[in-house]
Amino acid sequence: MAKADLEALRAEFGGAILETSDFRGDETALISPERVHDALAYLKRARGYDMCVDVCGVDYPERRDRLEVVWHLHSLKDKKRIRVKARVPAEEGKNVLPTSTDIWAGADWFERECWDLVGVRFAGHPNLQRILTYEGFEGHPLRRDYPIDRRQPRKQTNPGIPQASK
Amino acid sequence: MAVKTETPEVLTTTVEAVINWGRKWSLWPMPFGTACCAIEFMAVVGNGYDISRFGAELVRFSPRQSDLMLVAGTVCHKLAPTLVTIYEQMPDPKWVISMGACASSGGFYDNYGTVQGIDELIPVDVYVPGCPPRPEAVLDALMLVQQKIDRQTIREVYAKPDMKTPPSQRLHQVEPLKLTSSGAR
Repeated sequence: MAKADLEALRAEFGGAILETSDFRGDETALISPERVHDALAYLKRARGYDMCVDVCGVDYPERRDRLEVVWHLHSLKDKKRIRVKARVPAEEGKNVLPTSTDIWAGADWFERECWDLVGVRFAGHPNLQRILTYEGFEGHPLRRDYPIDRRQPRKQTNPGIPQASK
Repeated sequence: MAVKTETPEVLTTTVEAVINWGRKWSLWPMPFGTACCAIEFMAVVGNGYDISRFGAELVRFSPRQSDLMLVAGTVCHKLAPTLVTIYEQMPDPKWVISMGACASSGGFYDNYGTVQGIDELIPVDVYVPGCPPRPEAVLDALMLVQQKIDRQTIREVYAKPDMKTPPSQRLHQVEPLKLTSSGAR
């Protein structure tokens, strides 16, 4: 159903669309990190994708650009879906993608989760803090090289219960 | 109708026996329910299994009013300070049942997020295996707590030999494993 959108993306962004696929109706576009924000804004503005269903991160350790971020978009009016991907390296400083919170406000917590568990920074995010683990947690547990039995020091105090004043 | 007796009746016992008898038949549970075990605990409280046969039906959701903590479910590291705070808010004497595989050992969640057994944080009196345990097993655990109370002397209750390190200090005593870039252990 979103095949026309893939073609529109190709016409609009040309070489920035690195790959497209439409396996059994799952239309997917891989977009270069430089243009992914423009492409997402275009999909919302011109193609009717008014709902950001999910933003998640995947680690492919065998790839040079290890980290992949996937946006699942949905059009409430046309009942169609599209998937947008972008890849970045895992090294600190290079693991940066533009935020999509200025396009869909609901992407806020998804991007925090993606930063927390996979370690992709979203430039321009209003509050890029850990959301599922706690401040003081070291590393990103859903990266493939995170040891499965690693224990973390529990550094945090309970935010819900005020500490006794001294 | 009052019973008339010829001689005054005297019952001799020890203070401990009377106190333990009173305590064991009026445990006030405080459910720390975080997962499916808590649903099973509701079955224990319900009329089918009827925990009130053991005098422990008054489930309190305030730690200040309870003396039996039932940790029913998975406890993650983020929740650990809450568990310790609630335990410390309970007045002495108090007992803890670790209900189910997750609370006792982390269960099958051997991962970055889960406490590998709540005894890393607070002292546990009875461990209940199962995923989740049958309600009968929870009643059995309650009876084991009762037996434990029966054997306790007042001195023991307050001495707490396993509590040399208070829970709020235990919270920070986690030895992190080495993180290697290859993921090798």
